[in-house]
Amino acid sequence: MSAQLAQYLLSGLTIGAIYALVALGFAIIYNASHVINFAQGEFVMIGGMATVSLANAGLPVLAAIPVAVLAAAAVGLALEKFAVEPARGASVVTLIIITIGASILLRGLATLVWDKNLHALKPFSGDRPIELAGATILPQSLWVLGVTFAIVLALGWFFGRTLTGKAMLATSHNPLAAQLCGVNVRFVLLLSFGLSAALGAVAGILIAPITLTSWDVGVMLGLKGFAAAILGGLGSGAGAVVGGLALGIAESLGAGYLSSAYKDAIAFVIILAVLFFMPSGLFGKKSAERV
Amino acid sequence: MNLRTPRTGGLALLAAVILFLPLALVNNYWYEVAILVGINAIVCVGLNLLIGYAGQISLGHAGFFGLGAYGSAVLTARYGWPPAAALAATTAGVALLALLVGRPILKLKGHYLAMATLGLGVIISIVVVTEDRLTGGPDGMSVPAFTLFGLALAGERLWYWIVGGVLLAAVWIALNLIESPAGRALRALHGSEVGAQVSGIDATRAKLGIFVISAVFASLAGSMTAHYAGFITPGKVGFFHSIELVTMVVFGGMASTFGAVIGAATLTLLPQLLTVLKEYEMVVFGAVLIATMVFLPRGFLPSLVFILKKKQK
Amino acid sequence: MIAPQLCVTALSKAFGGVMAVDQVSFDLEPGKVNSIIGPNGAGKTTLLNLLTGVYAPSAGNVVFDGADVTGLAPHQLAARGMGRTFQNLQVFFNMSALENVMVGRHLRERAGWLAAMLRSPRLAAGERESREEAAGLMQFVGLGEYLGAEADAMPYGALKRLEIARALGGRPKLLLLDEPAAGLNQTETQAINALIVRLAQSGVTVVLVEHNMRLVMGVSDHIVVLDYGRKLCEGSAEQVRNDPRVIEAYLGSAEPEAC
Repeated sequence: MSAQLAQYLLSGLTIGAIYALVALGFAIIYNASHVINFAQGEFVMIGGMATVSLANAGLPVLAAIPVAVLAAAAVGLALEKFAVEPARGASVVTLIIITIGASILLRGLATLVWDKNLHALKPFSGDRPIELAGATILPQSLWVLGVTFAIVLALGWFFGRTLTGKAMLATSHNPLAAQLCGVNVRFVLLLSFGLSAALGAVAGILIAPITLTSWDVGVMLGLKGFAAAILGGLGSGAGAVVGGLALGIAESLGAGYLSSAYKDAIAFVIILAVLFFMPSGLFGKKSAERV
Repeated sequence: MNLRTPRTGGLALLAAVILFLPLALVNNYWYEVAILVGINAIVCVGLNLLIGYAGQISLGHAGFFGLGAYGSAVLTARYGWPPAAALAATTAGVALLALLVGRPILKLKGHYLAMATLGLGVIISIVVVTEDRLTGGPDGMSVPAFTLFGLALAGERLWYWIVGGVLLAAVWIALNLIESPAGRALRALHGSEVGAQVSGIDATRAKLGIFVISAVFASLAGSMTAHYAGFITPGKVGFFHSIELVTMVVFGGMASTFGAVIGAATLTLLPQLLTVLKEYEMVVFGAVLIATMVFLPRGFLPSLVFILKKKQK
Repeated sequence: MIAPQLCVTALSKAFGGVMAVDQVSFDLEPGKVNSIIGPNGAGKTTLLNLLTGVYAPSAGNVVFDGADVTGLAPHQLAARGMGRTFQNLQVFFNMSALENVMVGRHLRERAGWLAAMLRSPRLAAGERESREEAAGLMQFVGLGEYLGAEADAMPYGALKRLEIARALGGRPKLLLLDEPAAGLNQTETQAINALIVRLAQSGVTVVLVEHNMRLVMGVSDHIVVLDYGRKLCEGSAEQVRNDPRVIEAYLGSAEPEAC
């Protein structure tokens, strides 16, 4: 394996892990509510921006991070409580517009609370590159990969082993049946928005030292996360992770070998190509219409 | 002619508004706003046929709008084509593109369709920004005036009447289409796809047809914008403009042609009015959007009609 | 013997590993009322979905009017003269009752996109004709009082008949009715019964999937019995009624099954 290829793969994995976290957020909310939350990228922005501003205010980064994640989760809960919950039963398109409204609102608030400038967050453990198989990797990339890996494991345990996690899965398959079994569906909905927001915020914090952060950083990351979730197959957790990593690697290879100007387009070309042949994504359920 | 039917009555009302609005347009700035409303309304009337009536979402129509604008711009400015020929070629090209990509895309449903159309729009906008030798890149490019029989069409007042006339024609065409066998087939698809299919409706063909028509509406509006403004930037091609267009359709009320016009007018005017709020503009705009969709989930016009009908009873 | 209108040969459909319809074969004569019966989960609706192209069969074939139509899409089968209704209503609730029926005659509409957009005089004339014919069909199925109604304001029983009117709009040679009497009261069921008889008299071949045995036994010329996706037996009402296998399938066997 050439050093160049290794380099592209490493940076692709890093950004892919971020896409995977955002895609997981999409999947969790979609499962609980069948809503595509177009404000998902805004949680990423809030995570990064809040950490930066708290750190600038003198808080140690280790203390700033949990505060920022909790803040994003609170915003997620508020979004569900005040915008999605009151509109239950509305059409899918109406719900999409509501979350778009929320994303505009949140971006607007970000420019008020913070500003319209780019901000840098200091890397967690220095910025001296580490040599690996002829390629170099930033310590921050290791943080991204490690934390993402830990989160995926934790989510696997949560949905597979805990009662709350199973209740959430049950709700995604059949809300009415879940409710009849004693699952508090409204709580599940609320929890899913809180959890997704927290995941998005973690992604935003992890990537901030590598790519900088600003009030509008959530737009592209949100779209790529959505693309990753669709690529894997909406609602599939494993699909979201695989979709995110695949998208990140493809983008990095495409930018390296084909055209860096078209880096952002590559993700969307791939998603179109996949959907043409697999209309439910890589791991999506093919649903036979019952008539 | 019965003016009490929504068709003729609504058309007459729209014509009257277009005719008498100039009395309220005190200066060129307001003419510009009115033209912008008209152009957005043309796109939304077409987009509403796709989203509201046929039930197929598109988050990429700004792409078709942008192709229309840049097609006309590039052919006239860079290759010296006569504007009318450029307009015809661009429109035909966009129709062909919609036909080709629509075939695989429209097999998708729901969020997958949303993703595919979104992706298409994003790709078009990235191409426009990147191919800067043709398009001027992020800085945009200037476009020659539209000339017809040696006469240059210029000035806000003239373009007001052109856009007004095209909008009226677009609404008339949309209303005709809805009340025709083809339009019924589209609404049937929205109501029950399998019910429509066993009635003999070729779902793929019907969706493709309306996808192409709505793309042509957007492309024409784009070409008009390019020639009227004399300058275009990629801003109108991107994801945000696509979202803006869908929002207008949903805000005004899906499956309501006049709702689409009202949605376009409201959401074009709102930011103009909100500029007085300066830095609070985005926050208020987002809040208004959320509140409208929460309290009037069917959109403005259908909710209004619903309330009026309830009062009558 | 008259050539059969529909020949079904070894038709099968698997969902995952489950055979919902397993090697089913039968022939249907034109102009007769044919019923498909069987206990819940016997595969009746799946069979109907296979015949009308809603599902693609896993194996086997269907010959309609002498032509192999296996695997054709629903709209292609509609064009060849199949019409159907649904157990779970597939009414266009976003349209008026009359428009629902007008959609049914879609295949006989001659106007293209351009004529529709510019509302050519020929199209306007076609619309009047379409409206009148649809109104006539609604009268025919006994929905005269709903001519001005919106579909979403109609009661269940009327919607069942609305689907029949829509299917008739396509002037089908073969009409498949999926549980047309489910959820209907006695009077409504009798109306459906009379309607089926009238349809068969006018030369339409009827395929009826139904649980109401009184309706089935009274109206059917030929009955096919399904159980666990397989054809149990077929024949006249008399033959089927006295077949011990049918009684066993419906009531269960007296002895424990040997397997």
